[in-house]
Amino acid sequence: MLSSRTEFVSGVKGELPLLLGVMPYGMIYGALAVKLGLPPVLVVAMSSIVFAGSSQLIGAPLMAGGMPGLVIVATTFIVNLRHALYSASVAPFIKQVPLRWKVLLAYLLTDEAYAVTITRFTQPDSSSALNKHWFYFGAGITLWSSWQLSTAIGIFVGQLIPESWSLDFTLALTFIALVVPNLKDRASVAAAVSAGIMAVFSYAWPYKLGLFAAAITGIVVGMLIEGKGVKRET
Amino acid sequence: MNLWLIVFAMGLVTFGIRLVPIVLLGRLEIPLIVQRALRFVPPAVLTAIVVPAMLYRSDQIDLSLSNARLLAGLIAIVVAWRTKSALITIGVGMIALWVLQSLMGHG
Repeated sequence: MLSSRTEFVSGVKGELPLLLGVMPYGMIYGALAVKLGLPPVLVVAMSSIVFAGSSQLIGAPLMAGGMPGLVIVATTFIVNLRHALYSASVAPFIKQVPLRWKVLLAYLLTDEAYAVTITRFTQPDSSSALNKHWFYFGAGITLWSSWQLSTAIGIFVGQLIPESWSLDFTLALTFIALVVPNLKDRASVAAAVSAGIMAVFSYAWPYKLGLFAAAITGIVVGMLIEGKGVKRET
Repeated sequence: MNLWLIVFAMGLVTFGIRLVPIVLLGRLEIPLIVQRALRFVPPAVLTAIVVPAMLYRSDQIDLSLSNARLLAGLIAIVVAWRTKSALITIGVGMIALWVLQSLMGHG
């Protein structure tokens, strides 16, 4: 069994490469939100209170535009609904930890922390690794710190970065780096491809509902393809 | 509504989404079908974010070779598949995007 310290350190290490993609995205958020006229203190606070990049980027212009609070909160709910899937997915692996740990780990649940953590959790030795919640904590707190830092940097120097640098593309690249190496079987490839196709067709749906529809499509297709494979083998 | 109130409400909603399944599924036995479904969450969700980011330019689909994001994304996919390194994938992808954009003469 690996010690809590070892797990924590490998969580930090596992998350570090992704910061190359996440930090520019945090800077873009910080720069955009103050450019829209939101108070810098609020912009920084949102990064720790909400701590969900895409909903912050979508929410900032809505807030600046004086949209009703209820609409903004509902939009946030739908944009972040995918985290419920992540949360359900890590749940069985952290079943044994005390509630205060679950509260902390839930707060730290993001796309990037989840992707790194679930890769660790599904490794063969993982069932005997009692300290693996420390890995999750290491990955999560690393991402959290860099998100706060990059938001602050974005507020101060973000205006100086020209749009032509296309730094927003780093998020897509981060997700490519997370997905592609894990497409190890036909069913996951089918899940990814079908979700991608559905996402293109449902892109214009309001409140990012298309994203959720695409995710469900991918999951269902993946299960169907996997089911077929199982039947053929038996 | 006060902006601070909105931010706190956004935070509460987000935290609730992240916490409820962890707590509930930590108590119940997770049905096999749900366990099978959850394996496909990462590829499905993340690809659904990536593909429109590569294909859409100013809310229009652009499948042409002049779409630098599409080409840079495809290069990044190959690099990710061959190297399995996040650092190299993000680095090469951004450099590819910058080179393509300057070749095509647009920002």
